[in-house]
Amino acid sequence: MTNQNESLLQVRDLTTTFHSKGRALRAVDGISFDVRAGEVLGLVGESGSGKSISLRSIIGLARDYGTVEGNVYWKGEDLLTRTDKQLQCVRGSQISMIFQEPMTSLNPLLTVGLQIEENLKAHTDLDRRARKARAIELLDTVGIPSASSRLKDFPHQFSGGMRQRVMIAIALASNPELLLADEPTTALDVTIQDQILQLLLSLAKNLNIAIVLVTHDLGVVAQTCDRVAVMYAGRLVETGSVRDVLKRPQHPYTLGLLKSVPENIPPRTPLYSVPGTPPALDALPKGCAFAPRCYKAEDVCLGSKPLLSQLGDGISSACHFTADIREEVLA
Amino acid sequence: MSSLSYLVSRLLQIIPTFLLVMVVIFLLVRMLPGDPAIAMADAKATEAQLELIRQKLGLNEPLVMQFFYFVKNTLSGDMGTSILLKAPVLDVIIERIPVTAFLTLYAVCLSILIAGPLAFVAALNKNRGLDIAIRSGFQVGLSTPVFYIGLLLLTFLAASLRLFPVGGYGTTFLQHLHHLMLPALTVALYTSAIIMRNLRSAVIEVLDADYVQFARSKGLSRSVILGRHVLRNALISTVTLLGLSIGNLMSGTLVTETVFAVPGLGRLMLEAIFARDYPLIQGLTLTFAVMVSLVFLFTDMVQAWLDPRLRLS
Repeated sequence: MTNQNESLLQVRDLTTTFHSKGRALRAVDGISFDVRAGEVLGLVGESGSGKSISLRSIIGLARDYGTVEGNVYWKGEDLLTRTDKQLQCVRGSQISMIFQEPMTSLNPLLTVGLQIEENLKAHTDLDRRARKARAIELLDTVGIPSASSRLKDFPHQFSGGMRQRVMIAIALASNPELLLADEPTTALDVTIQDQILQLLLSLAKNLNIAIVLVTHDLGVVAQTCDRVAVMYAGRLVETGSVRDVLKRPQHPYTLGLLKSVPENIPPRTPLYSVPGTPPALDALPKGCAFAPRCYKAEDVCLGSKPLLSQLGDGISSACHFTADIREEVLA
Repeated sequence: MSSLSYLVSRLLQIIPTFLLVMVVIFLLVRMLPGDPAIAMADAKATEAQLELIRQKLGLNEPLVMQFFYFVKNTLSGDMGTSILLKAPVLDVIIERIPVTAFLTLYAVCLSILIAGPLAFVAALNKNRGLDIAIRSGFQVGLSTPVFYIGLLLLTFLAASLRLFPVGGYGTTFLQHLHHLMLPALTVALYTSAIIMRNLRSAVIEVLDADYVQFARSKGLSRSVILGRHVLRNALISTVTLLGLSIGNLMSGTLVTETVFAVPGLGRLMLEAIFARDYPLIQGLTLTFAVMVSLVFLFTDMVQAWLDPRLRLS
């Protein structure tokens, strides 16, 4: 039914609100984006910008903590209208998720084999023996040596990188079409980070899985993603193809993030960082949330929120001064 | 380290505990003013009988040798003769152990049956009406003295409604269940309040854990998530607490067994103390120490069974 160009996942005006001590805190504020089959979309932003909450809202994991509004169309059907029970057959089978902390995301009391097989039990008709064979195959696929002897091992007998591989194996168990990856490499050593990213990419390519990769690292985005969406204080501020956005950013925040990636600089040069800190959820400014930290901010920025609007080059940006920045960047 | 060597090493740890308790019991009688032989004998004992006791306890020899005799006698099952009951201490105790063990186990089972489901219900309805109702209910249980709850139960369920007997132990298993219902419930109400609070907060904490979120993202059913992922992890801290409360519970039998006229070790201990029956006090203290050690051992085994990190590290 879905053809090549059609979106697998369409997120429209996704808004997640937490209620704390009588106040409503908007962690995600009306974001919209599409994920096409087989593509890798990078969702970038600082901690607390709402990236992880967005992912969890998509598959209904944020419901317990707050109100999720908007639409999440998965193959044309709105996931947000489904009950938790109805979502069970989508989660883990069509849409899987992997988490940031491999050390705490696997159940310490259950064998790795069981944690893979319970996914298969929930979503496939495989019998016990077939499930075991599939589990071994999966561990093998994600590069765990002597896979068959490790099914009976517990998570604490694996290193961080190996645990992340196990998590990937679990997520891939029932052949999902979309993988939501919440900072899958942040907690790992730099050398391991690269291995895991390469593994994710090659698996996605071979199995034709689309990925939404949440990260705060533009270097990772440049290396792995087809398209990128930059998030700030719960809103998307810039989206577009990775090549265009990294080459010609049209939003001051993206510009700042790019400047803070060290490149061709002599040793002992202080690193650039965007001045200030992101606003707290309970103290969001009335206008553009980035205005207090922005070098271009003028009165209009403090008064009204800029909307995400499509520009040339397939980039969308939410800034009152997009045109100026475009000239600056091109100059 | 394998499970077996964990068990062995844990068993070996009991030996020093046991020795320490022996030292305390040994010194207890030696620290009394006057002749320990008089303390250990009937008030009407003749000089010949006292001399016999002196020889058995090695009182004419150095303290170290006396301790050696004490350990040797105890290990060979000779803990002296009860002044009160005029029977060997070991026999008296062995006769009563099943009563107290039954009562304790009964109370533990009731506590788990009461606390387990309610803790889950409270945790899943965190800070909502049901949770608050359950917690306040147990708060009352916790802040009321055990003997008072016992008396209330006795007055209403036994004396007025005549649903349960006022005391005793019965002879068959079903009679035991019936007779010990009220004393077990009395203790269980208190213990379950402690367990409920702990289990509730453990469940709440585990529900938020990354691995539970990950389990949910795998599309597992609610019953699998709660039963396999949440319950087991929440139990780990609660099992420790349960072990400690069983230790408490055993000394609690002093009160409950007396209030409900249950012929167990607790009531015997109280009687022995009032009668200054030192041989019996010694024997009972040792018995309680061994029983509590065994409970702790059992708790550790359950822990190791639940948590592979303990078993395999």
